[in-house]
Amino acid sequence: MKKATLQLDDGSRFEGYSFGYEGNVSGEVVFNTAMTGYPESLTDPSYAGQLMVLTYPLVGNYGTPPLDVAADGMKQFAESDRIHPRALIVSDYSDEYSHWNARESLSEWLRREKVPAITGIDTRRLTKILRENGVMTGTLRVEGCPDAPVDEDYNGINFVERVSVKEPVTYGAGEGRKRVVLVDCGAKNNIVRCLLRRGVEVVRVPWNYDFNQLEFDGLFLSNGPGNPETCSATVENIRKFISNPDERRPLMGICMGNQLLAKAAGASIYKLKYGHRSHNQPVRLDGTDRCFITSQNHGFAVDASTLPEDWEPLFTNMNDGSNEGIRHRTRPWRSSQFHPEACGGPVDTEFLFDDFISLL
Amino acid sequence: MTDQFDKKEIKKVLVLGSGALKIGEAGEFDYSGSQALKALRQEGIETVLINPNIATVQTSEGVADHIYFLPVTPFFVEKVIARERPQGILLAFGGQTALNCGVELYRNGVLEKYGVRVLGTPVQAIINTEDREIFVEKLKEINVKTIASEACENIEQALAAADELGYPVILRAAYALGGLGSGFCDNADELRRLAEKAFSFSPQVLVEKSLKGWKEIEYEVVRDRFGNCITVCNMENFDPLGIHTGESIVVAPSQTLTNSEYHKLRELSIRIANHIGIVGECNVQFALCPDSEDYRVIEVNARLSRSSALASKATGYPLAFVAAKLALGYGLFDLTNSVTKTTPAFFEPALDYVVCKIPRWDLGKFRKVSRELESSMKSVGEVMAIGRNFEEAIQKGLRMIGQGMHGFVDNKEIEIADVEHALSAPTDKRIFVIEKAFDQGYTVDRIHELTKIDRWFLHKLKRIHEVDLHLHEYDSLGAVPAELLRDAKRLGFSDFQIGRAIGMEKDHEMEDAITLVRRRRKALGIIPCVKQIDTLAAEYPARTNYLYLTYGGEENDIDYENDGRSVVVLGSGAYRIGSSVEFDWCGVQALDTIRKEGYRSVMVNYNPETVSTDYDICDRLYFDELSFERVLDILDLESPHGVVVSTGGQIPNNLALRLDQAGVRILGTSAQNIDNAEDREKFSAMLGRIGVDQPEWSALTSMEDINRFVDRVGFPVLVRPSYVLSGAAMNVCADRSQLENFLTLAANVSKKHPVVVSRFLEHAKEVEMDAVAKNGEIIAYAISEHVEFAGVHSGDATIQFPPQKLYVETARRIKKISKKIARELQISGPFNIQFLARDNDIKVIECNLRASRSFPFVSKVLKINFIELATRIMLGLPVSKPDKSVFDLDYVGVKASQFSFNRLQNADPKLSVDMVSTGEVGCLGEDARSALLTAMLSTGNTIPKKNILISSGNGKQKAALLDAAKRLRENGFNIYATEGTYRHLMENGIEATRVYWPDQEGHPQALDLLHNHEIDMVVNIPRNNSDKEVTNGYRIRRAAVDLNIPLITNARLASAFIKAFCSMTPDDIEIRSWQEF
Repeated sequence: MKKATLQLDDGSRFEGYSFGYEGNVSGEVVFNTAMTGYPESLTDPSYAGQLMVLTYPLVGNYGTPPLDVAADGMKQFAESDRIHPRALIVSDYSDEYSHWNARESLSEWLRREKVPAITGIDTRRLTKILRENGVMTGTLRVEGCPDAPVDEDYNGINFVERVSVKEPVTYGAGEGRKRVVLVDCGAKNNIVRCLLRRGVEVVRVPWNYDFNQLEFDGLFLSNGPGNPETCSATVENIRKFISNPDERRPLMGICMGNQLLAKAAGASIYKLKYGHRSHNQPVRLDGTDRCFITSQNHGFAVDASTLPEDWEPLFTNMNDGSNEGIRHRTRPWRSSQFHPEACGGPVDTEFLFDDFISLL
Repeated sequence: MTDQFDKKEIKKVLVLGSGALKIGEAGEFDYSGSQALKALRQEGIETVLINPNIATVQTSEGVADHIYFLPVTPFFVEKVIARERPQGILLAFGGQTALNCGVELYRNGVLEKYGVRVLGTPVQAIINTEDREIFVEKLKEINVKTIASEACENIEQALAAADELGYPVILRAAYALGGLGSGFCDNADELRRLAEKAFSFSPQVLVEKSLKGWKEIEYEVVRDRFGNCITVCNMENFDPLGIHTGESIVVAPSQTLTNSEYHKLRELSIRIANHIGIVGECNVQFALCPDSEDYRVIEVNARLSRSSALASKATGYPLAFVAAKLALGYGLFDLTNSVTKTTPAFFEPALDYVVCKIPRWDLGKFRKVSRELESSMKSVGEVMAIGRNFEEAIQKGLRMIGQGMHGFVDNKEIEIADVEHALSAPTDKRIFVIEKAFDQGYTVDRIHELTKIDRWFLHKLKRIHEVDLHLHEYDSLGAVPAELLRDAKRLGFSDFQIGRAIGMEKDHEMEDAITLVRRRRKALGIIPCVKQIDTLAAEYPARTNYLYLTYGGEENDIDYENDGRSVVVLGSGAYRIGSSVEFDWCGVQALDTIRKEGYRSVMVNYNPETVSTDYDICDRLYFDELSFERVLDILDLESPHGVVVSTGGQIPNNLALRLDQAGVRILGTSAQNIDNAEDREKFSAMLGRIGVDQPEWSALTSMEDINRFVDRVGFPVLVRPSYVLSGAAMNVCADRSQLENFLTLAANVSKKHPVVVSRFLEHAKEVEMDAVAKNGEIIAYAISEHVEFAGVHSGDATIQFPPQKLYVETARRIKKISKKIARELQISGPFNIQFLARDNDIKVIECNLRASRSFPFVSKVLKINFIELATRIMLGLPVSKPDKSVFDLDYVGVKASQFSFNRLQNADPKLSVDMVSTGEVGCLGEDARSALLTAMLSTGNTIPKKNILISSGNGKQKAALLDAAKRLRENGFNIYATEGTYRHLMENGIEATRVYWPDQEGHPQALDLLHNHEIDMVVNIPRNNSDKEVTNGYRIRRAAVDLNIPLITNARLASAFIKAFCSMTPDDIEIRSWQEF
């Protein structure tokens, strides 16, 4: 194994070994405390442009599943067509994997997709630095590789544009089916699968596509990477939809979808110090005794105090009190900051899809 | 959902404990019970505890308000309820014992009669999980798959069910703890044998299709009455299904499960907890197909369990504490995460380390026992190791087990005749067989085929093996590259393993080699660092004091004060036969005292079943090894005021001298003097010097020397080999053939392995002195007396305190000798001396300058906390001698032993000089007989209804039982007796029915009577070790155990028990709490 080094903006250095593609890369370093689900996380478009640290030390144990395109048109066992983080940072990569559904090792997959990765470093020390100082940029260098170009300012890039579909794509088309428009800001495949499983047709449109011109029964706003401020086009389209006084069709948003909906409604968003990236985030349904464990991956949050009259918080994070979802007081519009589609993570809130479908 | 109630209505709550430690139900319930009591007291609720296990922390002052040392049976619990009138009862914190008792109290209407509300999971829900048929039905309602199984009420039904399902099948007894009476059957014969046994424990047995080879996965689920549900932890068994989870190495979190599998099983767990209506905690066990996502639910435990204790320690999530709060009606959102103190208890811990639980077996202690691991549990304890990788965790764990192993590799050679067979028929040596297989060139695939252990685990083990081979390429420390040294340390190699791998044994004593390796790696900057267990993988700042050491890190999580205020207490390690919850009690008392006196209390221990490893019991907890190397690592970090080695049993005691030589300050008695007591030669010379008598002994290295010694002192002799090949480590030999037999078959005699032979005194009393001294002067003491004569290990003996039948002169002499020894060894702290007494002739057997097994017992009977006193002395604080009057008690305490022979297939259930009991109880009474009766009932004995089978051994023992037999007849019991006993009874005018030994012709046959359940109690006193006697007696004893019939094998104990139940009934036992004595 070649030696590799991760250097953070504050000068901290971590020395380990390369187990991915041999190249140098830099980007925003974020940590994820999930204990399983690296194939799902790696293919989650919301990680675009980031260097992903896994705090659970043992990674690669069950290899990489076959990523063939399934009948529904999406790659099976993956949340998108490719790996999105720029690099993977772990403590103890498992050279040998073991699983009935594995086709190759994680290392082989990373090399194939030209994603560098480092193992053998103290990821707990790294996580504590990120926790104390907030997310920061870092550079991963593999011994003997020429310098990589320094990446652009993370906040300035429109990652959504990079990961969204370029043309509308229709899934599950069928006579008499309800049609849901999914605005793809970097949607995870499982959002589409969750909708398809409930017997609807899904039209996945690019992030800046004006869906208002389409005929549909329900609107769905996806998750996505980067700074939501870059998605003003999407916000505009949403605003058009919700400002129609006669509009009664249901709307649901997830993650960035929550933030974009909030922005369209007039609320503001802010960047969290180090974000929520884990499978164990507790949220409470506001005004009730009902609590859920959720899967999350976001660096920005809605400032619930800026919600206009017509809107109210739906869920609140029980760890830090940040907003986890909003809803319109009278109309069937709601969104969650967490991921009810899971993949990876707990599936406790998948009922939100049922609720949405029942409103169509 | 539970019916709603107002928390404020609940002012007094009864908690049921689990009684004596036994296989399948051990220290974990002291931990969960203690946590529950803490949660209740925090609410201002008055607490009542019933638990006869006097050595536990939960039965200590200040833990519960009213403590009853009574059997956890419906009969006694009802009496306590009638007396205390609690509003609520907790059933989930005392294992299967408490649960079964609670279900019975519910069914017979006692709870309703006294208006006692079951807090937490409703009883009906418990029944729904315990009754297999209902359980399967319930899960079917929510589309959850269970293992195809049929509930059968007799053997014929069981055979038919097996035919239908197809062999192999697994048989389970319903309502049984830890898989008691369970097993695999490959054919009808095996099924018939096992079913008969199972039906003696349970009216219902389940025949299931076997899923051997599937993965076994567990989830710990917490649910509140509002339906909020979390899974605190999942765990994966290293061994596939077929080996009881208590017998398997277990890792947390799961390692080979994908996200999809993990969350599929998690969702099922929550669905089940919701449907059953758990309020509190439950454990769900799954079988997961290794080739697909197919699964089956194996079982649900609607209570705290061994796994939940493990999950608590593995994650830092206080499951039992939270479960108790939820039982009171709180929601998970009301409670905070006790590690972060800022986030709520409604969350799922994220780990950034891996833990590995490894069982500890003591099968070597038992004659004839089957060593194969099966679906029923045999292990007596467990360890938990924490690492940043699997290799580190497992190697740590294998050392923690404490049976002379140094990790996965570099151990002493173990003899495996047939590796292939050993891989497919696993025993307690299973993991070392894998190492052997690697050595012999077996591939991971081949080992997987034979063991069905997931390849991932095997690959990791192979990596350890490979690094070991690398190390072997070097022949000097200086030549080993720094990188390789670092890799080895990261993979959990100890300095010892490294030293051995590079062949340092050739030129060095291993103790010196370890020091050299340590020096070398420290010079290279290869040192471990300290990490916190914080429940959130560093996502949130946590002021947690729950720590472990690892080489998989670059910085310490905590800053050290270096103020010299830390006092480190070394814990007692894995529970094992001879060292269990009593030392946990001692450790906790020491920590309490240290804290109270303003020092920083620091604990080092690795046993997940203990209270001492609860992170809020001390100021800092190192959940790590008690090896010389690791303790030094910790002391390097802590720079403590001093170290306490005398409250954790033999493990810390053995470290004293080396720590002292390394410059560590040992608090209390000096390490030199500890050695003077431990070293047989030195101790013996000292006794001679101060004029104290001891049984004659000699350490001998050849058969000729041994024979010469025996010629001089005469038989019987006690023989203690230093190298044991198999079986028990100690033996009493009555004649030359036995001696030769033992020394040629079981042990090795050589210059390197001397054998200690001592004269064995027959019919001598054994007396114990537990005491605390300061600078050689005794401050407090307790003299207690064994009911059995010498020859029964003090850990197996029944002990009464204060002594009931000791001459005043004997007691006086014992005090005098103890004073001399204390002075001579300048004891400061706890110590214990064992004496033999015959006609006021006193001999010292041994002396330990540490707390002994009986410290909690005598402390609680006397109501003087010996450990608190000892700790104050060790801290150099003033203590005053308790007033003489406190030693004058008007009640008696009896400590009785709990045996687990029913778990240990084929083991001969008899007592000898080597300890075999797994636990104990201690009960109080106004006189010895009532205390003894309560204690005997507390260890699972029952008062016979009618028929008693007696085989009373040799002449003296027969005579000893004569009086008791007479009492039995007077009280209308029928005596069945084997040949000699029958004759002896009839000659003495005691009517009996003759029965026949298995090898005799004639009717009735003793075994038939047992199998027909016509006998209520068996008194079988082994006569000698002749083959015939062994076989006959063994078959009777074993049948009694297998058929769940109370068995007593000691004449003096049998006589005392019989006289007790002939002179009083359980109704005559006074219901009095400890506080009221």
